[in-house]
Amino acid sequence: MALELKNLYDNFRDGETIKAYAKIIAEDAKKLKNPINIMEVCGGHTHTIMKFGLPQLMPENVNFIHGPGCPACIMPKERIDHAYVLAMQPDVILVTLGDMIKVPGSNGSLQDARAKGADVRFVYSPMECIKIAEENPDKTVIFFAIGFETTTPMTAVLVEQVIKKKVPNILFHINHVTVPEVMVELIDSRDVHVDSYNNRIDAFLGPSHVSVISGSKIYDKFPKDYGRPVVVSGFEPVDAMQGISMIVKQFVEERCELEIQYKRVVNHEGNLNAQKLINTYFEKMDLFRWRGLGNVPDSGLKLKEEFASMDAEVVYKDVLPIAEIEDHKLCICGDILRGMAKPPECTIFGTACKPTTPIGSCMVSSEGACAAYYKYGNLI
Amino acid sequence: MCLSIPSKVVRISDDKTMCTVDTMGVQRDANLMMMGDDDIQLGDYVLLHIGFVMNKIDEKEAIVSIDTYKEILEIMDEDERKRAILEDDECPNRGA
Ligand code: SF4
Repeated sequence: MALELKNLYDNFRDGETIKAYAKIIAEDAKKLKNPINIMEVCGGHTHTIMKFGLPQLMPENVNFIHGPGCPACIMPKERIDHAYVLAMQPDVILVTLGDMIKVPGSNGSLQDARAKGADVRFVYSPMECIKIAEENPDKTVIFFAIGFETTTPMTAVLVEQVIKKKVPNILFHINHVTVPEVMVELIDSRDVHVDSYNNRIDAFLGPSHVSVISGSKIYDKFPKDYGRPVVVSGFEPVDAMQGISMIVKQFVEERCELEIQYKRVVNHEGNLNAQKLINTYFEKMDLFRWRGLGNVPDSGLKLKEEFASMDAEVVYKDVLPIAEIEDHKLCICGDILRGMAKPPECTIFGTACKPTTPIGSCMVSSEGACAAYYKYGNLI
Repeated sequence: MCLSIPSKVVRISDDKTMCTVDTMGVQRDANLMMMGDDDIQLGDYVLLHIGFVMNKIDEKEAIVSIDTYKEILEIMDEDERKRAILEDDECPNRGA
């Protein structure tokens, strides 16, 4: 009999192994002096944690705070509006990746733009833009680039190829953001706003695929300067449980270190060439406004000035709105990301705000905390 | 899901911009432009994401994880194995 696909994952989802880790965590947690809050930075981890009901397996003194690591969720409405306005320009083909299609701006989502006749395309790889541009020489292709350090070098490769091949009709709207800066912001803002120890972010479960590019070195400062342990962990539930167990052990043994659970793909230095590519074409913006979190210094990238002729934000400056657009006043995404609330505490969770009609950022992609609670909420 | 099955580089194009990788018997092309010119040699193990080689994987670690997948994959039929491996590469969670 042919094997089911799911068997492939059994080693990484094996119930017995997960329970064994739960037992180790529970035993170790008895020795904790204070409760600990672990932030899983990446939406991929949030998804795993909720899907496999990991909060249920935790002792009372180990709590999760769901982080901001979901590329579609963190886009503020004004930048979605940019995508929408660009898509509606004559002779423009707007190209982007995955989840962006349904994220609502103030005029609607890209799906709505498409329904109104705009040419919006979703690609598997940014490199497909070149083919689209070559096939449509009389159109302007605008690549609306999103994502963390994982996808930034791919956009950089596309920029490089557009220059090398002298493709005249591709522009870029860059929305790449970086992980360590928002982690610093979350620590700092929490330390300022909240006195209660219970709400502090005590440790981070670090995203692994960002680290494949950047190296785990981007987390060096968290144990060293901020006193927060970081364990870079894979996305499967067994990986996550092992990562959590490593964090709890650090507290029990009074260590504060950077550790890598996901040694099979992550090392300290990362991909140096990809880092060089990023630095060749991009520079930091002073501020990037994160949906739900507000302005975070140095957390966003933009094309360097010498490439301004390829920058859609420069070329289409006159038609792009600049006003900031706040989220619905009932939305508490900012508090959720800071660990001050859980999604069900929002008064419109699951009623006015659902994955089909998302009101705030945490509901817009399956990686967002509210969407994960909505989908797997019966496990909590 | 993100198992990150290591892929072995079996062919590199003359201009070193593309390569062919073998992921436990399934072959496909991948973009090498994120890597430096001599970063990747034939026989190296790499991690893929949306058509790009993301980085080299340490050979020892690669062999350990390949062993983990091997038994299960070997008893799958050709189509299933292909589907499993391609699904791994397309994992949407790698955005962060
Ligand atoms: S349920 Fe919706 S409105 Fe409420 S916090 Fe989550 S995303 Fe915001």
